Order: sequence, then structure tokens, then C-alpha cells
Amino acid sequence: MEEEHGHGNKYGMVIDLDKCTGCGTCMVACAAENNLSVRPDESDKQHSITWMSLYKISNGKKFPDTEYSYFPRPCMHCNHHTPCVSVCPATATKIDFNTGIVSQIYARCIGCRYCMAACPYHARSFNWWDGYFPKGKGLERYLSPEVSPRMRGVVEKCSFCHHRLMRAKTKAYTENRRELEENEYITACAEACPVQAITFGDLNNPEHKVSKLAKSPYAFRLLERLGTEPKVYYLSTKDWVRKFADNYLPGEFKPVTSPKG
Amino acid sequence: MGLMHMKNPANSRKKPSKGGLFFFLAGLIPSLIIGWVIYPMVLYSKQAQPINFSHSIHMNPEIVDGIEGDTEIEKCLYCHEFREDGTFAGIPKLAKCTECHDDPDSALGESEEEKKFLSKYVANEKEIPWYSYYRQPDCVYFSHIAHVKMGEINCKTCHGDHGKTDKLPVYQANRLTGYSINIWGRNIAGYKTNTWDRMKMDDCAECHTLKEKEGNNACFVCHK
Repeated sequence: MEEEHGHGNKYGMVIDLDKCTGCGTCMVACAAENNLSVRPDESDKQHSITWMSLYKISNGKKFPDTEYSYFPRPCMHCNHHTPCVSVCPATATKIDFNTGIVSQIYARCIGCRYCMAACPYHARSFNWWDGYFPKGKGLERYLSPEVSPRMRGVVEKCSFCHHRLMRAKTKAYTENRRELEENEYITACAEACPVQAITFGDLNNPEHKVSKLAKSPYAFRLLERLGTEPKVYYLSTKDWVRKFADNYLPGEFKPVTSPKG
Repeated sequence: MGLMHMKNPANSRKKPSKGGLFFFLAGLIPSLIIGWVIYPMVLYSKQAQPINFSHSIHMNPEIVDGIEGDTEIEKCLYCHEFREDGTFAGIPKLAKCTECHDDPDSALGESEEEKKFLSKYVANEKEIPWYSYYRQPDCVYFSHIAHVKMGEINCKTCHGDHGKTDKLPVYQANRLTGYSINIWGRNIAGYKTNTWDRMKMDDCAECHTLKEKEGNNACFVCHK
């Protein structure tokens, strides 16, 4: 991939794991926002679809030293050599260097699932069935016209609520603006998070909170050494949490000297 | 060597008779007519709009003086307006019509269509079930304000000079896909002479490229 970021936007996310309580509101908000259908048996997690998943990790120590942390995991929108984009044979997924968002076009997807195999973050899901919105239970009334529903046989994933970017741009045009203010465009998960653990903004804009947070010594990304340059950063002051983000050989992990010790 | 002496079966065959040519053409020509003329006619359903609306009467300041606006675009936008959040309202709702046509018992003009409109819709406060010529598939996102206001493109560049027409065209939907003929294109061979003949992805991309806005050919600009 020869293209690189110009002066465009580079939307990204910072998730503060110290704040995250693992409540799952981000998952629910995401599912409602993006017309995620339900399965008759939603407890069957092999077949249910989530764009935003929540992983629970533990330091494995016995009481009283036991600690838990949660990893909310949207699509990482990898900036460099985006694995899904480089393998897609149908050009159904592309990265737009004006926004940094990795798109997924369902009408174009042929359902080969090569991207799912390529994605190091398990951020993609396959639709084994057509979308299912049980009638009479009110679900169909919550369908958003801004997000197209998926059909059987295609792959879907988090879009950083791209329709919200379009909505914000359209609003800005009424005021003759082409540039968006900070927080005019944020994702549904960032908006819904009750503890405001998720910050969303333009990583290319040094004024935005995300680009400041992403430079924190506590900031890290998942499987950073693959070189995919994810645009989702995590923050944690705990060394054992940061160690979970990659597969370190013994002695390879360098703890950040935390002021708390 | 034996092969040399064998007669070429092709040479031994007689020239095709004129009768054969007749049967060939008798098969080919009707097939072409069915494929290129009859099939496109069968493929599309034809539905007249519930009432006829004359754009030319409404846009003529000598007949109707309520449509305000200095430019053509402003006049279009008087009814086909942008909402506060910048989204496009499209075909106006009944409330827009009743800004002028507020009394179902007194017609403003003399047309039969207006009387039908007043008695059937205004009197019953019922929305007119218009057919939309340019409804795109679910997966398509289009921002009118980005093109009209920021791109400074006239309405008629993409929709034709609709403001001067006296009759609403018949709505034609593809019986297989349900999409309007204005999306798929009037010509089954794929030729187009005007911008408004067809509104497919390639047509959007063609204009973006012409106007040196290749960046807007990114998938997520027009897809959702």
C-alpha cells in the first residue's frame, strides 16, 4: 500500500481500561446504532454478531491480589498494511486515507471470509443468515435508515459509526463549514460509555483529546509489533494489563515505571 | 495418404439456399425485437402518479407568486427543502402544499387535478403517496447539501429541467429489482445522453472524476 495519510483526518479512539467497568453499554449501543440483528438464541456466541466485543482478563493471582480488567474491542482500523484490505479479492473493504476509516461494502462482499482469517483482532463477523428482527417485539422499529442491514453471506465489522461522520458533515455544510469541530463526530460506543472511558477524535489534530491521550506513556495498542498501526489505543497504568496486549517472550516486556509503583 | 483422397465434407456441402437464410432471419429478427423492445417494456411496470403536479405553473411567477427565491435553485429549495440538520426533505409533504392550498373548498386554479388534490388529500389531511423516481438502494448514501450547496451544482444538472415540465412522468419500476427506471437507466443497452437518464455508481464516479474529486470515490463516501 503506497498511499499514506496526507493532511486529511485520521479518526481514532482511545479506551481507558482503568475507567472501564465492563458494563457492556458500548456493545449494546453499537448493536442498536448499527442495525445488528439478533439470533433466535443470542446466548450462542459462536453465531451471534457483535462489532464491539468485550474481553475479560485477569492477572491470575489468588485473593487478595486478584485483579480483573476488560478490553472493549472494536475494529482497529489498522493504518498500515491493513490486513483485511490487502487480502480482500473483491475490493469490498478499503481504507480511506482522508478519514482513516476502513470501509466494508456489504453489497460488494462475496463472503469468502479471507479478511476474517487475515484480521489479527477477530474484529470481523460473518452473516450465516439474513438479518433477523423479530416482528411485534419492537426491534424492527429501532432499525436505523442510516446503516444498511446486512444480508446472508457477507462479512461485517465496526465502521467507526461512519454514518455519524456523514451526518456531522451534512450538518456542518448548513453552516458553510467543511471542517468538523471536536466531538461533532463521535461513535455510538464513545457516546454511550457511562464512565467516559472511550474518547474519539482526530489523531492528526494535535488539539484533539485523542491525540494527546495517545501520546501518554500508558498508551498501547493491541499486537503493536505486527506493525498494523491500529487507530484504537488503550490506556492502562497497570503493567499486567499492558502485558496482555502482545505476546511477549520472557524478559521482553518493559514495564512503564508508574508513579504509584 | 488415404486422408488426401478423402473429400472435404465442407466442400461437398451445397451452398445454403435462400430458404435457409429466410428461416435464419425469421428467427433472429423476432428474437432481437423481443430482447431489445418487448422485454424492456415488460420488465418495467408503469404507474401514474396519484395526481398530476405542474412544475411549470408553480414556477411561473405570473401565475403563482408564492414561490420565493432569486435563483432557480432557491426556487426549487422553496418546496424541496433542506431540513435544519442539512438532510434533504425530497418530495414535499402535504403541509408544504397547504401553506397555500389551505382551503379544500376553494381552489386556487382551474385545473381538475387541483380539485382532485383538494377533495382527496387536503380535505382528509392525507399525505399524497408519490412515487419517488430517484430512490436509491439501501446501501447508498447521498448528501444533497454536499452537492447543491458545497459543490454548487444546479438541481437540473442531475434531475433535468424538471421545473419547466407540465406533466409528471410515469413512474416505472423494474419488476425484478423494484428499482426505478431512472436509477437503472432508460436505455437497456446502457447508453445515456443526459445526466438524468441514469444514476448508477459509475455515473457518480464519472462526475467525481471529471470534477477532480477523486477522493470522493472512496467507498464509504457514498455507501453506508
